[in-house]
Amino acid sequence: MTQTLLSLDGVTKAYPGVVANDDVALQVGHGDVHALLGENGAGKSTLVKMIYGLVKPDSGTMTLMGHPYAPPEPRAARAAGVAMVFQHFSLFNALSVAENIALGMEAPPAQRDLAAQIKTVSETYGLPLDPYRTVGNLSAGERQRVEIIRCLLQNPKLLIMDEPTSVLTPQEVDILFTTLKKLSAAGTAILYISHKLDEIRQICDRATILRRGKNVGYCRPAETTARDLAEMMVGSSFTSPTRKPREIGDVVLHLNDLSLPAPSAFGTALKHINLTVKAGEIIGIGGVAGNGQDELLSALSGEVKATADSVVFNGTSIGDHPPGQRRSLRVFSAPEERLGHAAVPDMSLVENTLISTTSQKDMIRNGFINWPKAREFAEQVIEAFDVRTPGASSTAQSLSGGNLQKFVIGREVLQAPQLLVVNQPTWGVDAAAAAAIRQALLDLAYSGAALIVISQDLDELLEICDYFGVLNAGSLSDTRPVEGLKMDQIGLMMGGADSAEAPQ
Amino acid sequence: MIRLEKRLHPSRALTSLTPILAVILTMIIGGVMFALLGKPPLESIRIIFWDPLFNPQFAAYSRPQLLVKAAPLILIAIGLSIGFRAGIWNIGAEGQYIMGAICGAGMGLAFYPADLFIIFPLMVITGAFGGWAWAMIPALLKTRFGTNEILVSLMLVYVAESLLASVSSGVLKNPDGMGFPGSRNLQQYPAAANSELIANTGMHWGVVACFIAVIFAYVVLTRHLQGFHIRLTGQAPRAARFAGVNPHRVTILCLGVSGALAGMAGLFEVAGPAGQITIDFNTGYGFTAIIVAFLGRLHPLGIVLAGLLMALTYIGGELAQLMLGLPGASIQLFQGMLLFFLLATDVFTHYRVRFGEA
Amino acid sequence: MDLSAINPVLLIASLMVSATPILLAAIGETVVEKAGVLNLGVEGMMITGAVVGFAVAINSGSPELGFICAAIAGAALSLSFGFLTQVLLANQVATGLGLTLVGLGLSALIGKPYEGMKSPTLPALDIPGFSDIPILGPIVFSHDPMVYVSIALVIAVWAVLKYSRAGLILRGVGENHDAAHALGYKVIRIRLLAIMFGGACAGLGGAYLSLVRVPQWTEGMTSGAGWIALAIVVFGSWKPLRVLVGAYLFGGVTVLQLNLQAAGVAIPVEYLSMSPYLITIAVLVFISARGAQTAPASLGRIFHASN
Repeated sequence: MTQTLLSLDGVTKAYPGVVANDDVALQVGHGDVHALLGENGAGKSTLVKMIYGLVKPDSGTMTLMGHPYAPPEPRAARAAGVAMVFQHFSLFNALSVAENIALGMEAPPAQRDLAAQIKTVSETYGLPLDPYRTVGNLSAGERQRVEIIRCLLQNPKLLIMDEPTSVLTPQEVDILFTTLKKLSAAGTAILYISHKLDEIRQICDRATILRRGKNVGYCRPAETTARDLAEMMVGSSFTSPTRKPREIGDVVLHLNDLSLPAPSAFGTALKHINLTVKAGEIIGIGGVAGNGQDELLSALSGEVKATADSVVFNGTSIGDHPPGQRRSLRVFSAPEERLGHAAVPDMSLVENTLISTTSQKDMIRNGFINWPKAREFAEQVIEAFDVRTPGASSTAQSLSGGNLQKFVIGREVLQAPQLLVVNQPTWGVDAAAAAAIRQALLDLAYSGAALIVISQDLDELLEICDYFGVLNAGSLSDTRPVEGLKMDQIGLMMGGADSAEAPQ
Repeated sequence: MIRLEKRLHPSRALTSLTPILAVILTMIIGGVMFALLGKPPLESIRIIFWDPLFNPQFAAYSRPQLLVKAAPLILIAIGLSIGFRAGIWNIGAEGQYIMGAICGAGMGLAFYPADLFIIFPLMVITGAFGGWAWAMIPALLKTRFGTNEILVSLMLVYVAESLLASVSSGVLKNPDGMGFPGSRNLQQYPAAANSELIANTGMHWGVVACFIAVIFAYVVLTRHLQGFHIRLTGQAPRAARFAGVNPHRVTILCLGVSGALAGMAGLFEVAGPAGQITIDFNTGYGFTAIIVAFLGRLHPLGIVLAGLLMALTYIGGELAQLMLGLPGASIQLFQGMLLFFLLATDVFTHYRVRFGEA
Repeated sequence: MDLSAINPVLLIASLMVSATPILLAAIGETVVEKAGVLNLGVEGMMITGAVVGFAVAINSGSPELGFICAAIAGAALSLSFGFLTQVLLANQVATGLGLTLVGLGLSALIGKPYEGMKSPTLPALDIPGFSDIPILGPIVFSHDPMVYVSIALVIAVWAVLKYSRAGLILRGVGENHDAAHALGYKVIRIRLLAIMFGGACAGLGGAYLSLVRVPQWTEGMTSGAGWIALAIVVFGSWKPLRVLVGAYLFGGVTVLQLNLQAAGVAIPVEYLSMSPYLITIAVLVFISARGAQTAPASLGRIFHASN
């Protein structure tokens, strides 16, 4: 075993109502690629925040290269040789790559020298970057490169990566892994946070598994099956959702050459999208974030108007209909952003039902709101979808991610849609809630509704969808049946415009 | 180390208590300010807040004045609060107030000296229309071009003031006024006068309109879909679009309503307590109404209380000027401080104070 | 009507003087908004600077001291805005308005005893030889020091924002305050400093009005100059050099309409005095119609560090 670089012992951190990390021990050796594995909510983020100096542990000790290590802030962690690439990038859209990197450094060299350094380092590690491009115009994969280069320019001994592949195409994942292997060979240790079992088995030497804040075991991923890893993560046998055979009915939705301009400077235009969905079918649309998912949902929900004929539902041209009108035709949707888009953070669940149910359930008469009926409906949703909350008067922001998502999806499902479009239905949601949501979607299809599921989680799509297509820079690929679809085929479908060549 | 932690529910209790806290803090700091000016602090506070209501020497005169001063403030503030809830900042209510007065007075004077019962209602409608039209300028510029309504509505205040000066010496000048600028006095033209309905209470038609507006606003905001949409637009614009709210319609509705109400307030004032169109007819009600709206927590009933409180500071301030020689500007400062303290104490409604390390 | 009485050279020279208070306030506010904060209290800070500068100049006999104290007063007042919006997380629009109202009231109070007085003013530069050059002389070489200070300030702000580390950090904070915080930058401290700079500049602008441009103290003498400065920041797309152009354009319009009034042009006085405001509106519409999306992305949004 290589010499220990970082050692955590008995580290504990509690917040009101939840113990995020409970007596956790961790050992990372020099040059190791060490995985930190666990489902959403297991405590991985909190642990690395402590290593990076963003959060202070309540108790326990940390040791870096044999010395006690307790960084008061990220700057101290960086000085000690610890760098971190977050899941949500800290980037400044309107500034250039070089400026972004300069902001992430303690004492950056002069602009010109920095630009030269960026070019050199980025090429050495196979992640080419133009220092003068505006960050807002880069793809998600390129933006991650900026974050990585920013870290590498400080010659870190430990590089922490939080869910790095969630925004990458399969090709980009390969490039990243090549880079990580190079770094590891050069002596940089990597702490790799993920819940993607196949990847961890591909690249990591060792793994520490967290569950509900506790360290539940170590293993060598290469010697452990995915199934065993999953069971260690979740703690019980996995149950895949039940897929009953479904009757497929007539065509319900036609998207005919749906095209829309980009909504803003950093948005994506939709280009000539064609799609057919039948009753009882579930169509999956994959693709890395930033390729038009939000824009497609907005076109389907009615938030953005397209030409009337580009969206035809049961024979009616609804492309230019506003959301309310579409809901009365029983076309419903659930956007990606829970707080701020699908629900209002400061409003109660009762008020939040009004957002998408105004046309039905007797809640509106002559413009006046029937509050008791709204409350009744909210309580129905809470009951049917096992939403854990003190009551319907709780504000949306007081719910956990999983529970709010169950509420949001439940609100749409209980209105018996004929067509339901969801964007990232289980993003950031704990495993139990995610399984419940996927089951609800399957049940809805079984009852005859047509579904479009837009998701970055390929496993999810392959699990519940009948057909699969990929959104790439606003264009939709042809849809293929999910049965028999292989990962490299998917990779090719996702490749499109931003496929990059891996260096030899 | 002191930290602020967001509450999961805004605290109901504190939402009602913070305005009171703000008033008390203002009284304390105000007292200090008066002491620095060489005026006895406790007496000053008493003269401003207590005497106008209860002192037997003045109360009979000043109590009716309370409604007179409060009515335009409340009327304008109700309109403003609807817009503020939607995130639409109509800062130019003063200009809409002036335009309402000009248009309404103009309509009334056009009929002079006829005595028809229809004149006054027509004036009210024209006044509302004048304010509405003036507010439509920022509304249309915002919906069509995305221009910021704060600056446009504010610039229009200065334009309205210039127009006021112009018509006082021009179009609306009193032909029997011996060359002095200013219109005919509407109080002396019975068909057009906004006279007191119940003697010695200060209650004129403006007060009636004010009560109607309050009730209407309350019902719409709490029970009507449009009110819900307005609140939605202010709290979560993306969710509002998701719900199918048309943001342009909300903009036009909010600016239109606040403009109309401000215009009506202007008309009631010019046909009532002020009496005539003059160059300095406007006294800043449009700006004070902003304070009233915030102090009342953008809630119709809160606005009534806040309006009465503000009116009290105006009247008490005049009294203090008379009795203690307190400069008039100190009341303006007082009112500004009230807003500041309210904004400061507001933090406790949404956040909890925590001590200790992160 | 005698248009020939209008001297174009004097017009340009006087437009620079007319533009200077607004330029000072606008360049300060540009820095504030680049850091992501919308401070609508510029009018309040300007008028406070005007009265403090005037009072100090009269009591001390030194207009320079007046300017310094005006800057300090503006910064101090803006600190209250900063505290409310950055520490207590108050709504920026409402707080800015409150600041304006407080400033207007405070200045009227302080200024009462000084009404009608004349203060010592800044001497105009008189470089022998240069100031006598026809055309260029009066325009470039014959102003009082503050005009030059204001131009120098614009250039300094431009250089700092574009080339220095401090400027880069400020722009980062204004662009994405959450990212800046995650990178370890003290967002609140940086914004408070920017706010104080804006307050100091606004104070200087106000003092210029009461000490040089008018020069006298009257209640409410800024007459919306602070609001115009806010509009000019938008007009200049938050770029210092464009803000300079905008301020000078506005100064030009103001001076032109005064000259037209004096020349006895047939348009009524009231309409001429409306023109600067109407033109500001037209400019705002033009800018927004072009769809300029160059505002700092965090502008006006509340920053709350929640780990």
